[in-house]
Amino acid sequence: MSTMAFLKRSPWILHYDASSCNGCDIEVLACLTPLYDVERFGIINTGNPKHADILLITGGINELNKAVVRNLYEQMPEPKVVVAIGACAATGGIFRECYNITGGVDKVIPVDVYVPGCAARPEQIIDGVVTALGILEEKRMKMSGAAQTKEETRHAVGEST
Amino acid sequence: MNWLIGAVLFLILAPVAGGLIAGIDRKITARMQGRVGPPLLQPFYDVGKLFEKENVVVTTAQNFYVLVYLIFIALSGALFFAGGDLLLIVFAFTLAHVFLVLGAYAVHSPYSHIGAERELIQLMAYEPMVILAAVGLYMVTNSFYVADIAATTVPAILYLPGVFLGFATILTIKLRKSPFDISTSHHAHQEIVKGITTEFSGSTLAQVEIAHWYENVFLLGFVYLFFSWNPVIGVVAVAITYAAEIFIDNVTARVRWQAALKSGWLAAGILGLGNLAILSYMMLGGA
Amino acid sequence: MQTLLFLILFPILVACLLLFVKRTTLRYAVVALSALVIGGASIYLLMQYALEGAVYFAAPSEAASLAMVAIEMGLALFIVYMGAKFKNYLAIVLAVVQAALVVYLETTFSGNLHAVNNLFIDQFSIIMALIIGIIGSLIAVYAVRYMETYHRHHPEVRDRQTMFFFVTFAFLAAMFGLVFSNNLMWVFFFWEITTITSFLLIGYSETEEATKNAFLALVMNLLGGVAFVVALIFLAATEPVSGGIDLARVLASGDAAIILIPAALIGFAGITKAALMPFSSWLLGAMVAPTPVSALLHSSTMVKAGVYILVRFSPVFAGTFTGFSIGLVGGVTFVVASAIAISQSNAKLVLAYSTIANLGLIAACAGVGNYMLVWAAILLIVFHAVAKSLLFLGTGAIEHRVGSRDIEDMEGLIVRMPKMAVMMFIGIAGMFLAPFGMLISKWAAIEAFVQVPFGLVFIAILAYGSAVTVFFWAKWMGKLVAVTRETERVEKGFFEEPWAPLYIITGLVIATVLLFPVISSTLIEPYVLAIYGVTARLAQANVGIMLLMIALLLILPVSFLLFRRSAKHLPAYMGGRPATPDLHFAGSLGLTREVQTRNYYLTEYFGEAKLFLPGAVVCTILILASWVLAGVAL
Repeated sequence: MSTMAFLKRSPWILHYDASSCNGCDIEVLACLTPLYDVERFGIINTGNPKHADILLITGGINELNKAVVRNLYEQMPEPKVVVAIGACAATGGIFRECYNITGGVDKVIPVDVYVPGCAARPEQIIDGVVTALGILEEKRMKMSGAAQTKEETRHAVGEST
Repeated sequence: MNWLIGAVLFLILAPVAGGLIAGIDRKITARMQGRVGPPLLQPFYDVGKLFEKENVVVTTAQNFYVLVYLIFIALSGALFFAGGDLLLIVFAFTLAHVFLVLGAYAVHSPYSHIGAERELIQLMAYEPMVILAAVGLYMVTNSFYVADIAATTVPAILYLPGVFLGFATILTIKLRKSPFDISTSHHAHQEIVKGITTEFSGSTLAQVEIAHWYENVFLLGFVYLFFSWNPVIGVVAVAITYAAEIFIDNVTARVRWQAALKSGWLAAGILGLGNLAILSYMMLGGA
Repeated sequence: MQTLLFLILFPILVACLLLFVKRTTLRYAVVALSALVIGGASIYLLMQYALEGAVYFAAPSEAASLAMVAIEMGLALFIVYMGAKFKNYLAIVLAVVQAALVVYLETTFSGNLHAVNNLFIDQFSIIMALIIGIIGSLIAVYAVRYMETYHRHHPEVRDRQTMFFFVTFAFLAAMFGLVFSNNLMWVFFFWEITTITSFLLIGYSETEEATKNAFLALVMNLLGGVAFVVALIFLAATEPVSGGIDLARVLASGDAAIILIPAALIGFAGITKAALMPFSSWLLGAMVAPTPVSALLHSSTMVKAGVYILVRFSPVFAGTFTGFSIGLVGGVTFVVASAIAISQSNAKLVLAYSTIANLGLIAACAGVGNYMLVWAAILLIVFHAVAKSLLFLGTGAIEHRVGSRDIEDMEGLIVRMPKMAVMMFIGIAGMFLAPFGMLISKWAAIEAFVQVPFGLVFIAILAYGSAVTVFFWAKWMGKLVAVTRETERVEKGFFEEPWAPLYIITGLVIATVLLFPVISSTLIEPYVLAIYGVTARLAQANVGIMLLMIALLLILPVSFLLFRRSAKHLPAYMGGRPATPDLHFAGSLGLTREVQTRNYYLTEYFGEAKLFLPGAVVCTILILASWVLAGVAL
């Protein structure tokens, strides 16, 4: 069932600034401007984890926003992917040695795509999101497959009892 | 049997038409902003996507309220296209909206809560004008039944220019467009996240979206009633009205609830009542 | 006629019996049994007279009339005594003036004070009797346990329960008398009884506030009483033309101009009793009384006497400027009281304001008085009585369990008291949502006002009034349905009021919606037809749609079963801040904070301070205008 795959065509994004210098954030927002216009691909910046499919995080994780990042991730319904944008989101970047920095986003939540750069260019960010769409689609297939298996098992159990 | 055909056609075709209108809306909006914009069928992709997502809730009750909301919106719209009593239709829409609001209250979340309160303020803002519009159409056509109003040969708009303008004002609220999109918005960021729809996700959010399509088709049908003596002019007028709403959406910033309430009530009080007062004076004089 | 006399006399008998019953269990048995008898008798009345139209009875008059005058004098003395005791001289003055006027009437016009028939029954009276007999006695049953609990919660209040139940049943008798009397002197007598019972019950707790509010209610109602006597004197003085004190003859009188003056005065009495502006303050003050009193007297029955008399006289008002301005008093009251209700968080005050608003709407219909509006007004009386009594009783029960009557404290009631929340939900839905009762009447009223000259004013009033009504009811509903986590379930508290009356009234709310076409066609339409020669009804198709809607609303909760499984639960979004399910989160400085949600009350825009005075001024002017216009018409 469900081979329609609308997910790829309508990825909604949640953008979170962990502890970025705002360089990458400006580039993320640049993607929404007429020059790059990511709405062409159905991409919308939602600002609400419950509506989002892709979590874009810029900047490294610090002690205070660890819980927030984890919470945002948990609030997103499956299937979902995480894109870490810029050097800081990947590893902590130049802030890595700071007293309050834990490191990259993957210290807290699983990351699917790393977009390099300081700051990451809009083209790179869009490329990262497109890569994420492939992973998102895989996860969706897996999810519907799992649901199907679960349903079949239920039926099997139902018939045997 | 005409009424049944109207209702069934609405139930089947309105989501298609509503989705297409939303697609055109997004395309035009993008062009106004110098962008290419999403594909025309984007709204359908979005809703399809939402049905593919996991069902996440704060409380299971929310799904119930949203389902009732969708069913009653569809039912009210079907009543309209079946040619039913306009006042009953207006009240049925209110019932539907109250259920959406209750869904937002039920989740007991701060953002939804504010969204719900604002939605109620919006409801309070547009309700008088909607009732006056129905009464105005009655005064011109002598019937509250949509079937009779649609079949009239009288150019209602010539008698009801004020009522029409007032209705166009509150249409902005009902279409959830700037400057009155205070409870939830099509636009990306909002000060209260997504307001009334914050906690609805996946298929529940898809139902809210479909209900919105149904309602938009109904609203455009309501606009058509002002021009129904000539179907061609009617369709053109509906298109122009909607285009004007898109334009307003793109050139205005969101206002506070006070301004929304005052605009709705003043539209009803000055444009609506003023028009109807003159009309009833004319009718008294004529009789 | 026996049934009528039985309904008036039996409650008096029970009242006297209850004076000697001290034990709660025994009292419960007596009250429940007599409620059954009274309710049964009023249903018997329905079956006996529903198809008969108006029936008149001569009834014994001389002795009864004399006894009534004697009791009236006794009550006047009682008011003088109470007024002296609590130093309320205005009450004394009004009581003395009223008594003097009654004596003047009795002595000067004694020859003109004969009604051919003292009692009568028609469909409208049957409706009123059903409300009094069924809703009224259910409230009385509820009151027994409520008062027991009330005294446990308020040990400082002197236990005067025998007096309480005596007065309650005396009140029921008076209400029956009021709606069955064709002799206006009798109507006036029962009218005064209801004033006194209201006074006694509001002052029940004997606190300073209660006494003050009791006197406020007394003074305002006495003012209406004085107007009533003046109207009687006028009628008696013009007996040959106006028909004297015989209600049927007055209404049938050919000389519209003559009876317009007494009609305006009696209309004024109705306005005071129905607590329309500027007299709304007494009804709000009356909310200090125990909740069953508010339910019985101040929402479903006594205040309905005010609009009952207005609806009775609406054929006289129809098409006159006097009637129009009385209607406007109602209309302005409707819109202003509804708007003020937005700013109230005390549940009983919201209910009080909504009651005032709806009485205003009924008065608006009665004042303008064309046949469709009278139909709508009677329908409003029925639906309002049923739904509002449920809401009052529900609020009382919630207050005993939750410890507050503030709407904010009812948050999450669906979790804490699920059954109660569902009943309140149905009651509130009955007050403003589409397939339910009140909305049918508003809808009919809009359709009717379109056809009336200058009806546009009322259309505007209804348009704005129903918009604000939606706001204050829906936000209350929202509080009830909020699913709060980790809150205690308190439905089974230790003071169990019997909930049977609540269940029955909830059933009645739904039944009236389902059966309203029947109610309309057997009772309301024949009454309207008898008076106007034409009648109103809803189109068959629309009735079908309404029934479809209510059926959907009853079926859709089944969908809960669909959602039970599979859904993943997540806490509410809190801007990314991790929070517990009951909305506690780690705030700054290591403190745990709690998110609380509060409804909008918009006091700055809809507050009492802002709206009451303009409303009262406008209504006062309109009342004076109604008199002047009646005078001019003469």
